[in-house]
Amino acid sequence: MPIYKFLVHTKITDPRNASYLKNAHAIGFLQLKKITIADLYFIEGQLSQEDLQQLTLKLLTDPVTQTASWIELPAPLSSGKPDSIILEISLRPGVTDPVAEQIVRASHELKIDGVHRAATGSRFQVEGLNVEQTQQLAKSLLANNVIQHWTIGEITPSFPQEVESSGEVEIISITKLSDDELLALSKERRAALDLAEMKAIQNYFIAEKREPTDVEFETIAQTWSEHCVHKTFKAKITKDDGQVIDSLIKTYLKAATDKINAPWVISAFVDNAGIIDFDDEFEISFKAETHNHPSAVEPFGGANTGVGGVIRDVLGVSAKPIANTDILCFGPQDLDPKSLPEGVLHPRRIQSGVVAGVQDYGNKIGIPTVNGAILYDEGYTANPLVFCGCVGIAPKGLHKKNPQVGDRVVVLGGRTGRDGLRGATFSSMTMDAQTGEVSGASVQIGDPITEKGLIDVIVRARDLDLYNDITDCGAGGLSSAVGEMASSIGCEVDLTRVKLKYAGLAPWEIWLSEAQERMVVAVAPQKISELQTLCDTFNTELTDIGAFTGDGKLIVRYGENIVVNMNNEFLHEGIPQRVLKAVISNQSSKIVNRNSQIVNIKDHLLSLLSSPNIASKAPVIRIYDHEVQGGTAIKPLTGVKDDAPSDASVIKPIGTRGVKGIALSNGINPEFGKRDAYKMAWSVMDEAIRNAVAVGADPSKIAVLDNFCWGDPLRPETLGSLVEACRGCHDAALFYNTPFISGKDSLNNEYLGADGLRHAIPPTLLISAIGIVHDVNQAITIDLKEAGNLIYLIGDFSTEQKNVPDVPNSALQVYKALHQTIKNNLIRSAHDLSEGGLAVSIAEMCIGGRLGAEINFEESNLFNEVNGCLLVEVTPSNKTIFEKQFANLPFQKIGEVTTKPILKLNETEIPVEELVQAFNTLH
Amino acid sequence: MKPKALVLQAHGSNRDFDVIDALTLTGADATGVPLNELRNHKSLLADFQLLVVPGGFSYADALGAGKLLALDLASYFSDEVSAFVDAGKPVVGICNGFQVLVKAGLLPGKQNQVSVKNEATLTFNAEGHFECRWVNLKSASQNCIWTKDLDEIITCPIAHGEGNFKASQNISSEYIALTYVNANGSSANGVYPINPNGSTMDIAGITNAKGNVLGLMPHPENHIYTWQHPRHTRGETNGSGLKLFANGVNYAKEM
Repeated sequence: MPIYKFLVHTKITDPRNASYLKNAHAIGFLQLKKITIADLYFIEGQLSQEDLQQLTLKLLTDPVTQTASWIELPAPLSSGKPDSIILEISLRPGVTDPVAEQIVRASHELKIDGVHRAATGSRFQVEGLNVEQTQQLAKSLLANNVIQHWTIGEITPSFPQEVESSGEVEIISITKLSDDELLALSKERRAALDLAEMKAIQNYFIAEKREPTDVEFETIAQTWSEHCVHKTFKAKITKDDGQVIDSLIKTYLKAATDKINAPWVISAFVDNAGIIDFDDEFEISFKAETHNHPSAVEPFGGANTGVGGVIRDVLGVSAKPIANTDILCFGPQDLDPKSLPEGVLHPRRIQSGVVAGVQDYGNKIGIPTVNGAILYDEGYTANPLVFCGCVGIAPKGLHKKNPQVGDRVVVLGGRTGRDGLRGATFSSMTMDAQTGEVSGASVQIGDPITEKGLIDVIVRARDLDLYNDITDCGAGGLSSAVGEMASSIGCEVDLTRVKLKYAGLAPWEIWLSEAQERMVVAVAPQKISELQTLCDTFNTELTDIGAFTGDGKLIVRYGENIVVNMNNEFLHEGIPQRVLKAVISNQSSKIVNRNSQIVNIKDHLLSLLSSPNIASKAPVIRIYDHEVQGGTAIKPLTGVKDDAPSDASVIKPIGTRGVKGIALSNGINPEFGKRDAYKMAWSVMDEAIRNAVAVGADPSKIAVLDNFCWGDPLRPETLGSLVEACRGCHDAALFYNTPFISGKDSLNNEYLGADGLRHAIPPTLLISAIGIVHDVNQAITIDLKEAGNLIYLIGDFSTEQKNVPDVPNSALQVYKALHQTIKNNLIRSAHDLSEGGLAVSIAEMCIGGRLGAEINFEESNLFNEVNGCLLVEVTPSNKTIFEKQFANLPFQKIGEVTTKPILKLNETEIPVEELVQAFNTLH
Repeated sequence: MKPKALVLQAHGSNRDFDVIDALTLTGADATGVPLNELRNHKSLLADFQLLVVPGGFSYADALGAGKLLALDLASYFSDEVSAFVDAGKPVVGICNGFQVLVKAGLLPGKQNQVSVKNEATLTFNAEGHFECRWVNLKSASQNCIWTKDLDEIITCPIAHGEGNFKASQNISSEYIALTYVNANGSSANGVYPINPNGSTMDIAGITNAKGNVLGLMPHPENHIYTWQHPRHTRGETNGSGLKLFANGVNYAKEM
């Protein structure tokens, strides 16, 4: 069949060109003079000249801004300008290409039925570089080898290969293997299983008197992966002092929640997301996940599918997603490209790809991205961290988790391809230079509009009581989703029923594929047709792949052929508990004096404000839609010019009555993580909670999520710091009476360099907090409001500088008092003290209000990093009543708001405009 | 009687509930109707007095924002939508809805027919990326039923990547319904970010010859409560978007 190639040019300036030029210059391609992008479309089909014209006019171009030309392949399209080089890029076969799918669908809508299939690509005209440099530019900026291929000159498009499905099942001989051979098998199949685990599998099949199929082996490998089963957190750990910890989750995280026993916690740790009470009508769910390894290899797709994945977690508790959060950790943006380890993308490229991926998914699916953070540290160069969070809302009592014998196993949403194979085990391994190439199939591009269809269907199906159980298809694909759902009653499914993106998948690939945008529901047979109608309305595919049986067995067939026949109990309970050793390093609370090197207060403050970790993230925040759904009462940026950083966001969920809202905040501090993991955990708990309280959350109704990102836990020192962080979480949770409702870990964030050295990330704990704000009209922002108002420092300000600051004993009482004064309308603005201390905090408040302040405070303590402290603004008429409410608590009046836009720190004067400039330095 | 408003829910609409909220607050009986449902019951449209194409990412913006949903209108509802517009009933397309109305040929200009002959388009923002920020809007044409007699500036967010209005010929001022302005009402003069996307003549909203169809990029439906204002904690609550919806709903009521 003929293939036509269409080249679409813009007649006006294409803004993408300037952005490519800027990024190319930033990573050292200074000779690049000009770069021009054009879009490529490849359409295969029997098409008349009129068809081709119609396609161009009605589908492929915007007649006002674009022109197009086409040619039948294999002829060359056209030559570029002299002295320029043409570079063409297109997707690798099998990579999700939603635009190509739309071209085929819309062509048929236009009655151009001859269109068979389509592909998309880009064409660059590059001026100023030679061929070799252009190839380098393609590699480091324009294309990603994992999902795209490129060529100098004309590219040949690739379509997924049409091969008949073989249905081939391999038998893996395991019962007679030696220990060494077992380990070799684990490695060969990238299963990331240790000897004890391999032996458990061997013993099961010895008892069964047969060898496993490849489908069975892969099912076990995924189900038992660190990603799915959290074996480190469930391990038996012996500390160097002899203490034995039987499961970090049970001992510390879940234990804290159980001890606190808050009546407003509806579900913790058992479901896809944690659930708390909102009001008489609704419950709120919250979950955060990481998508680190995929984002390292393919930043856009990795972050994109990270967002999509956590949204499905919230759908998995039958909730409508109402807010996203994202916390990102990258290497330094100005890193010398020459110092990059082999096979690692430049941090600048990772950041732009990740941010674009978050933007693409969140904006398109229509969920506001309202809270986040970006942190930079050299430790994240090879292992960026991408934390994606999602909040959902649901009417109380409608979420069901109880499949019935006879219910159908139903897959909703996207089709299954080869994408994301072995993602769960991939994310449980150390990466090296080959990782990108070998694990390319572990990443893919998401399709947010298909997932939007899932939201539309599931929310309505929930209200109509159409399903008895629901879970998302995430890591491990159907094997994990169906396996978990059927873990108590068993099921029988047929893989030939699963709808595929393209033919040719082996049974194990269908069963394990991590193709996105799929949910699994248990549906009573008589309700299938009603669910089908709903799915048709919202362009969502429904596939009935089998039934829940009641015999406790997991039976997977491929047509007549049984490819999995396993005892569910073995699959879900048979994994041997890991036995690990932890060494707790002696992290004495050293006293350090960081102020000694400060010569000039003004210079120091301005340099802090413009440092990457503190400077404004507005350019990133503004490309996320933080307003969709109309609930955002306190936005990520605030103040007179909307350019000051909010401590937390507040949203009032659409459709709720009354004035209640929820506050979303986070705490994270890798710098403290390097110094003392136990105290770091306390600090980030305090940070998340005080940020939420600062915007008006009730400190007695805050719940938190934990996300641990660590290095290889088999190294006793690494595990030691993880143990200490968990202990810190436990102790801090009890101190604040703040329960954990869900959590997740991502371990093995290490990179084995070509130099043989291991590059591990700093121990990183993200605490995400969700709190109740009783009245969104009373929410507080950080911007100074009015000259003449008084500025107070509240909380026990420690003048002693330790390697990691302690949480003062008074912290919770201070937060409670602050909350009471907010409810009594005594607080005009509030901002917490965090990185950069009091000086940075007051500077940001001045930026917010474009007002000055006169502060008197001991010079040597201006930049102390402390916990448990905030600055608040109070009108003079409320002075007495405010001070009375803080009567037995630490507070001090440190200054006043002034009309003149100058921040005066003792004798140092800094114009607010200079603060603004420094803070917005990254623009 | 409350006028009935149909909010078209296409594959990828996402501010449908936001605008239903705004219409309900201004006295309409607003219903979200999925596109496929309307395809099965095309005559349903005639039962409504007001039509809204809400914001979102119909078909993920594939091949240009609004393009494929415009194709759907032309393929499936050409007669019904043309009749609706011809009857002078109020129609509003917001953000993606605006892109759809323009690419379906319903805006700007004289024709009331769905066509693919485009005189104008909404293309990529001049800054080259999606942007979410609050803007100020001033009513221009008194010809448009949605924006006439809006004395006060409307303050509301934009959230789009393709909002840069470009026309192949000069746009007559009677079709310019809304422009981006400074907070004090003075012209943006094309200066970013007051004009956030580089639109010709600071155009934020366009109407048709009859004045019953409005398309606009910003989201007045996201400023219908005082607590949505970005500076409500400073006591600023001006610029509600409700008046625009009230205009359309009241017009429908009186028809």
